[in-house]
Amino acid sequence: MTARVWKFDDDINTDDILPGKYAPFMVGEDRFHTFAFAHLRPEFAREVKPGDLLVFGKNAGLGSSREYAPEALKKLGIRATIAKSYARIFFRNLVNLGIVPFVSEEVVDALADGDEVLLDLEAGRLYRGNEVFTLTPPPAFLLEALKAGSMLEYVKRHGRFPAE
Amino acid sequence: MSLTTNRQPPGAGRPQTLAEKILSRKAGRPVFPGELVVVEVDHAMTIDSIVPTVIARLEYLGKDPFDPRRVSLVFDHVAPPANVNVANAQKQGREWARRTGVNFFEVGRGVCHQVLVEEGIAKPGMLIVGSDSHSTTYGALAAFGTGMGATDIALAIATGKTWLKVPESVKVVMRGRPRPGVFAKDAALEMVGRLGADGATYMAVEIHLEDGAEEAFGLSERMTLANLTMEAGAKAGLVVPSGEILERYPVPEWLYPDPNARYAKTLEIDLTELTPRLSVPFYVDNVHPAAAFAGTEVDFVFIGTCTNGRIEDLRAAAEVLKGKRIADGVRMLVVPASSEVLKQAMEEGVLQTLIEAGATIGTPGCGPCMGRHMGVAADGERVVSTANRNFRGRMGSASAEVYLASPRTAALAALTGRIPGEEENP
Repeated sequence: MTARVWKFDDDINTDDILPGKYAPFMVGEDRFHTFAFAHLRPEFAREVKPGDLLVFGKNAGLGSSREYAPEALKKLGIRATIAKSYARIFFRNLVNLGIVPFVSEEVVDALADGDEVLLDLEAGRLYRGNEVFTLTPPPAFLLEALKAGSMLEYVKRHGRFPAE
Repeated sequence: MSLTTNRQPPGAGRPQTLAEKILSRKAGRPVFPGELVVVEVDHAMTIDSIVPTVIARLEYLGKDPFDPRRVSLVFDHVAPPANVNVANAQKQGREWARRTGVNFFEVGRGVCHQVLVEEGIAKPGMLIVGSDSHSTTYGALAAFGTGMGATDIALAIATGKTWLKVPESVKVVMRGRPRPGVFAKDAALEMVGRLGADGATYMAVEIHLEDGAEEAFGLSERMTLANLTMEAGAKAGLVVPSGEILERYPVPEWLYPDPNARYAKTLEIDLTELTPRLSVPFYVDNVHPAAAFAGTEVDFVFIGTCTNGRIEDLRAAAEVLKGKRIADGVRMLVVPASSEVLKQAMEEGVLQTLIEAGATIGTPGCGPCMGRHMGVAADGERVVSTANRNFRGRMGSASAEVYLASPRTAALAALTGRIPGEEENP
């Protein structure tokens, strides 16, 4: 099944991804995700489909530590992101929730908003028509956590962090 | 530096930065940038807006706090609660705190970082993780404070540990005494402007105050500096202990960077030349001389937050507004960073000055910083705020504009209804 690419600029902050006034403890656990990108791309939460791919420029997810920003994306069915670079808390939050954070300048530059792609998460391969892009898997420590489903799952299962 | 000689340093002979020193102590072995460590945390902090998720994660793990004395819960992000959802979330947090025995600070006590410093929970050399990105603030007293999301904080509360990659450090040297009317906020904005919003991502910022700056910037000012390092993407923002910090805290003798420590880059800021700064929407690193925007009309002025809601900040605003009235058509909200700040401002007459000038006083806490309550901005409105973020929609409407400035610049804007020029704000 193909996925749609949703491409965003550099320096997308977590207020862009989920404005503070739509935090789950403000509007309820059941509907906060419907406000994802409410200011920046109001159509996003309505039109995004499970498995779609989010693509960011550099410094993705800067700002607030709010985990409910990536959690809104997870609730909408996002399983992977590609960025030129990530802000550190957002990157950790993605791993903790089990969203795979790929890093690639080249692939980000090659992709356009609205592209139809096929992502093989396990193999780290992305297909667009006849083109194939290779994505470097996250570092071993994080990959171990992601293979368990998320860092939370890993610690639940093993009672410790990977590499501990 | 005599304090770092005649002993076995954490680096086992290899020079280290302040961040490397702290993480080496925690790891029990010398560690250097790039290494992944799983280390004990000295304190884990969470807040009203995040605690429901933290509780859910702990329930999923089937865990209670590893050591409740090393956990704090502060109600500050929407305090008092603005609606029933928030009130219910706080009720749930309150009950969890009572059951588990973690340190608990009610609505009105203040902003989490201010509270942990006032309560003496944050101490030099500690590793503190908080579910608020501005946990870098603890670096004011040379504690490695770092922000994380709800799951990371829940894992730290459950296990007493966290994982970190030992960061490289950026050295920021601030020299001299700033001129009257120029404050730590101006220096902090200058730093963020020059580093850029990702200039210190994954890194620690290590701030050296020299040639008078160590005396000019006390605990309050250092909290402003360490707080804003987050806006350059920093993992921690550590101010090398000196001045007021040495008077207020026992500082361990190992808690200094070694003279030949390695830095990813160095930034020098001459405080004697600095003028009032302004961070212009919609990026914190979009920093300009405030005078470049002189005359820009303002609808709302907000003084407060973990960045600039302390007594020194309220005094600076009161000095501008003493015996005067804010401009017609301008609203001014002052939210003290804590109940202690509120009390002191009352005792000193600072509150009376501000109220007589036309300001409204809010409950100690985060106030409208993240656009949830207590004075959000309307469509197209222009705000001058002493907070730390001016992202699109940050304070309410997506078309409102937030300009970040020092309390003095903000108070001047309230007085005239315009961003002040060079003559009023040299």
